[in-house]
Amino acid sequence: MFEHYLSIFITTVFIENIALSVFLGMCTFIAISKKIDAAFGLGVAVIVVCLITVPLNNLIYNSILKEGALAWAGLPEANLEFVGLISYIGVIAAAVQILEMFLDRFVPALYNALGVFLPLITVNCAILGASLFMIEKDLKFGESVVYGLGAGVGWAMAIVVLAGIREKLKYSDIPEGLQGLGVTFLIVGLMSFGFMSFGGISL
Amino acid sequence: MTVKQYKEVLAKPLLEENPITLQILGICSALAVTSNLSVTLVMCVALTSVVSFSNLFISIIRNYIPSSVRIIVQMTIIASLVIVVDELLKAYDYETSKKLSVFVGLIITNCIVMGRAEAFAMKEKPFISFLDGLGNGLGYSIILIAVAIVRELFGAGTLMGYEILPLVSNGGWYPANNLLLLPPSSFILIGLMIWAIRAYKTDQIEPNEYKLSGHATAPDTSKREVNV
Repeated sequence: MFEHYLSIFITTVFIENIALSVFLGMCTFIAISKKIDAAFGLGVAVIVVCLITVPLNNLIYNSILKEGALAWAGLPEANLEFVGLISYIGVIAAAVQILEMFLDRFVPALYNALGVFLPLITVNCAILGASLFMIEKDLKFGESVVYGLGAGVGWAMAIVVLAGIREKLKYSDIPEGLQGLGVTFLIVGLMSFGFMSFGGISL
Repeated sequence: MTVKQYKEVLAKPLLEENPITLQILGICSALAVTSNLSVTLVMCVALTSVVSFSNLFISIIRNYIPSSVRIIVQMTIIASLVIVVDELLKAYDYETSKKLSVFVGLIITNCIVMGRAEAFAMKEKPFISFLDGLGNGLGYSIILIAVAIVRELFGAGTLMGYEILPLVSNGGWYPANNLLLLPPSSFILIGLMIWAIRAYKTDQIEPNEYKLSGHATAPDTSKREVNV
């Protein structure tokens, strides 16, 4: 059992890395990777939110939205999958809001460290993407917890690595039109080619 | 509002303020759905219609949205539009809908939609907001279509599924470049495209934080500036 969970975790972090293999959360990934500190803060926030929202959406899907899931309420033929998207994004927006209030009240140090990144996470496609992939893979509740953690950790790792490279890169002599955004795209492309080499591993 | 202003709102996002190459918005889907031109076209139509209509509807009710809950209100409108697009696609083009998998749903969190709603539709009148959405959708489409053409033509020798360059494996002369079919190659292509656009529109260049100083080894340093 433990091995099964471990294999899901390793697969999500390395082989199906949510940033570098599936390309989700790219806007913030590229916009907020100039400094390691900021990247790390955002990474932690993504891990926490993923860990909360993916299992929550799993519960909602399996006990309310899935075809036949409402049998306990006397509606065995109901299929609410079409309102899926709006409920997942609602859960994410609500979770982020509650997390923000909770941190503000009980862990002000972390709240200040995360600052503006926390509300931004609602529109980070890595979070919604993780939930959608979880539905597509049809994971059970326990698996979805591990999957949410893995997705967050993978994304956080990727953005910290990219920020490290970009911090070094600011001293280098880059052709004019390529400075900033252009060269960042090339780096992410190369990193992503690197991560493809994990693709051959089967667990 | 004159016709000239309408034209400007529509044309500016195409090249000068392109959402992908300048505003860094909506990159995720630009990378994942561009290996095949026909799939890309469907994605472009889906995104353009969502961004134009979300701009339109948000702009219509902009004076009634309390600013403290505006994100959730915008999200609800956008998510409803995406659900409509998703269901339509499943009904009329199931194959493409399978290939796009989660990326149709991810239009909700596509930053172009949120970004334009927040930056434009919350302030401007409905019709011009609609045009702004249309312009940004088209700006996004141009980049995606360009990337998709390069990837499909040189990666598989076909366009929209029709053979353009006869492949060696089918008895032709063109050896397919499979590297281009891999997703990371679209990063490289967009990077090069940004370079090309900035070589033409030099005002978009981002200045370096640090400059290299001139050769410091020359003994005669009469008027040389030394940058640290």
